[in-house]
Amino acid sequence: MVRVDGRGDGNSLVRVRGLDKKYQRGSEEIHVLQGLNLDVDAGDFVAFMGPSGSGKTTLLNLLGGIDLPSAGSITVAGDEITHMSASKLTAWRARHVGFIFQMYNLIPVLTAFQNVELPLLLTKLSSAERRKHVETALGIVGLSDRMQHYPRQLSGGQEQRVGIARAIVADPTFLLCDEPTGDLDRRSADEVMDLLGRLVREHHKTVLLVTHDPAAAQRAQTVLHLDKGVLVEGRAAEVR
Amino acid sequence: MAIPLAYNVRSLRVRWTSTVVAVLGITGTVGVFVAMMALAKGFRATLVSSGSPRNAIVRRAGATSEMESAVSTDQLHVIEDMPGVAHKGSEPLVSPETVVVAAFPLKATGTDANVQVRGVSPRVLEVRDQVKIIAGRFFRPGLDELVVGRNVASTYAGFDLGSTVKFGGGTWTVVGVFDAGGSAFDSELWADSEVVKQVYKRPLNVYQSVTARLTSADAYPAFKDAITSDPRVTLQVDRETDYYEKQSRAFTRLVTVLGVLVGGVMSIGAIIAALNTMYSAVAERAREIATMRAVGFGTGSVVLSFTFEALCIALIGGLLGCIVVLPLNGLTTGTMNWQTFSHLAFAFRVTPALLLGGVIFALAMGIAGGVPPAIRAARARIAVALREL
Amino acid sequence: MKYRHLIFANLFRKKIRTTLTLGSFAVALFLFGLLAVVRGAFNQGVEVAGANRLVVVNKVSIIQPLPISYEQKLAQVPGVTLINHENWFGGVYQDERNFFPQFAIEDETQRQMFPEFIVPDEQWKTFSDDREGAIVGEDLVKRFHWKVGDRIPVKGTIFPGTWEFNIRGIYHGSRPQDDTTQFWFHYKYLEERENPYWKGLIGWYTVRIDNPDNAARIARDIDATFANSPWETKTETEKAFAAGFVKQAGNIEFLLLSIGSVVFFTLLLVTGNTMAIAVRERMRELAVLKAVGFSDAFVLSLVLGESLLLAAIGGGAGLALSKLFTLGGDPTRGMLPYFYLTLPAIIVGLLAALAVGMAAGILPAWSAMRLRVVDALRRV
Repeated sequence: MVRVDGRGDGNSLVRVRGLDKKYQRGSEEIHVLQGLNLDVDAGDFVAFMGPSGSGKTTLLNLLGGIDLPSAGSITVAGDEITHMSASKLTAWRARHVGFIFQMYNLIPVLTAFQNVELPLLLTKLSSAERRKHVETALGIVGLSDRMQHYPRQLSGGQEQRVGIARAIVADPTFLLCDEPTGDLDRRSADEVMDLLGRLVREHHKTVLLVTHDPAAAQRAQTVLHLDKGVLVEGRAAEVR
Repeated sequence: MAIPLAYNVRSLRVRWTSTVVAVLGITGTVGVFVAMMALAKGFRATLVSSGSPRNAIVRRAGATSEMESAVSTDQLHVIEDMPGVAHKGSEPLVSPETVVVAAFPLKATGTDANVQVRGVSPRVLEVRDQVKIIAGRFFRPGLDELVVGRNVASTYAGFDLGSTVKFGGGTWTVVGVFDAGGSAFDSELWADSEVVKQVYKRPLNVYQSVTARLTSADAYPAFKDAITSDPRVTLQVDRETDYYEKQSRAFTRLVTVLGVLVGGVMSIGAIIAALNTMYSAVAERAREIATMRAVGFGTGSVVLSFTFEALCIALIGGLLGCIVVLPLNGLTTGTMNWQTFSHLAFAFRVTPALLLGGVIFALAMGIAGGVPPAIRAARARIAVALREL
Repeated sequence: MKYRHLIFANLFRKKIRTTLTLGSFAVALFLFGLLAVVRGAFNQGVEVAGANRLVVVNKVSIIQPLPISYEQKLAQVPGVTLINHENWFGGVYQDERNFFPQFAIEDETQRQMFPEFIVPDEQWKTFSDDREGAIVGEDLVKRFHWKVGDRIPVKGTIFPGTWEFNIRGIYHGSRPQDDTTQFWFHYKYLEERENPYWKGLIGWYTVRIDNPDNAARIARDIDATFANSPWETKTETEKAFAAGFVKQAGNIEFLLLSIGSVVFFTLLLVTGNTMAIAVRERMRELAVLKAVGFSDAFVLSLVLGESLLLAAIGGGAGLALSKLFTLGGDPTRGMLPYFYLTLPAIIVGLLAALAVGMAAGILPAWSAMRLRVVDALRRV
């Protein structure tokens, strides 16, 4: 159950209270997020929408621990991440977060298999165990026959699916997707959104998605709009 | 239609760190190469200028240097009477000489170096007219007096005008300094040969060489034939310049070989640096290049453009290398002349020809480092490059 | 190491650039090897000098002789255990350019004094029995294709006339630096044909002492023994004697050091620049690694690791090439009798290469480590 009023109970997977983020641009100070609240439960599929520059990506970066807020708290699966040291945050990220980027951001000199394997190198799994997980992940995204291909040998849609496989291979707590379909044609975009939907329904993943594509947003259970620094619920949910 | 040169110059400025790196690579190479060649040239020049084409040096047949030679007084008289020998009045201008080696501490290191001591005839200044006394006076015959070459006082300790020096078992006074035009003699001590022979306990009627001044350089062939065909003596005759030129060969060869080797290897390194820089430039500017080609500049223009850029780098590097090395010109250093077993002071000699050679060398490196990347730039597919982010 | 493929994959990304950087290292280390060899060649005399040997020469001038009668007085100096004398012959074999040193030696003592030169006993015996015999170094044999039994004519210069010798033995050096270009023959033979001027005289003495620590004292004693005589002596350790020659040859070390510094500095610049460019191109990927959860330290090690790997491979190749080059012998034909790359030099070279790899990689590695993921992932 997704709430933005700051009154969710303590069982939420993701719990954000009073989140502030300020930027210094020249002499100006820009308040991107102001007192933002959010509760997300395990298994939720949330889409964030909003105009360009509204701070959607910033919010995602903060949730994923690759940026720090100016004020406020973020708790994920019981861990308060806003005051973690850089090294603890890195380790936390490895364990809990799966990132999916608009630009796929695959490493071009590694094969699909090796790209997906990356997060597992941070664990203590043996080579054989890693292999099993990678094959499973690539199976889920439907690319078992492309394991040894290099990114340049794959289409845009296929590259993004490798990106998704990489994001899920270590079984993270939640997936953060930043405009995952932004660079894809209609058909590939649909495939990707189908996949994300299946991950939620069949594999019980939690997915937080930033997009400006209404068609993609519609696939989510809940759509939230980022407006003047706070989240507001959109269609298909209570209006506040 | 050529791509404007300003584009290249500005591009070099924008990517200045890479440009500086490539330039320095070439500067280092050219500098080292020119310096080593200047060293070799300087050594050779010193020795070659030690002789005059008008003089002939006579030694015992078979001796490879003066030290191993012996010429008796009888043979000396035969030489004096030969055709072609110049005279002053009735006196033949001939200097019978004895050479020995004595050890003195080098000012630079404090350790001993072997210095060539030449016992000469009191008429030596007339035989070797390129030598001039520039301080003090010439020695008086029969006395323990020395005149020293102009490099001696600066290279060895204790040779100021008026000071006394002990060697060979005798005590000598430095009465004069001479200038021998930057030749090997400038590193020598000269004294009366009779006195030297006495002090060194050499037989009094034997010299090691005889240097004869001829009436002209053309008189040499006749002089030489007359001596070598004379049954009374077994002597060898060389033009003084040739004798010294041969002495310079070993060291010159060593330094030249090393210089070419080191310079050659370094040039490969410099070319690699230039290639690296230019390839990176091409990669970074892929879109600009594609745009220019889409606009209508042909492949030839692109190749020329990038080659020009590489040549700019090379030219700057080459000039810089020459400038850096220029102060070395005239700098004196010393080494051992293995033929005479004595220390020889000489100066680096940076000639315009050498500098020009250095710049050409740099340009060659520039071409080697610039053409392959330029060709790659010209051949990239325009559409692909334009799409690249 | 499970991260191996990351490092290697990156190196193969831009093959040309990797090759060029490897080439830079190879070139620099090849030169380093070359310079080390030349330095070794100049210092060879110093290196092979016997710690317990002194050289006694004429004080007035090194080219002046000493009386052979000095042997008895030398034997009486406390600490002296063995005396040997040699005479420079300075002859010419066929052509002036075929220079090699020839010495008239004292039979038994030569062998005892210089145990580093090894001659089979039977060969030495034949040599002793032959007045015109000669023992030659193996380098000479290689150069002129001589063999035992050949008759070698040498044209004398200091001692005029044509002298002929029979090769009776070949000596080998026990260490790679030992000089095997020498030609030894009997002093007795020289004495017979000497001109009267040189009768009873020899070139210089080599003296073995009981304890190297006593060298200074014994040298002083020897010189004191012959002070104020017509033939005064100057005695010093073999090492000091050889070092004196090197110093005279000019400040070779300075020259080599200068060249070496120029080369390494340039190399540092080139590789540093290359690494910087390479890292700049990979900003986004490195940010992704961090986003996935690889630590800052990991990213630092990755970049640094690549740099060190390039240094090790390129540097190793350069050193190997210079070693190969030395196998071809002295390129100046005769001026550098010892042209050899020692193991310590190779090790120093490798360390220097790694140091350059470290220095060149540290700045880009540092900036990669400090990279803020957010900034790098920001859409352009």
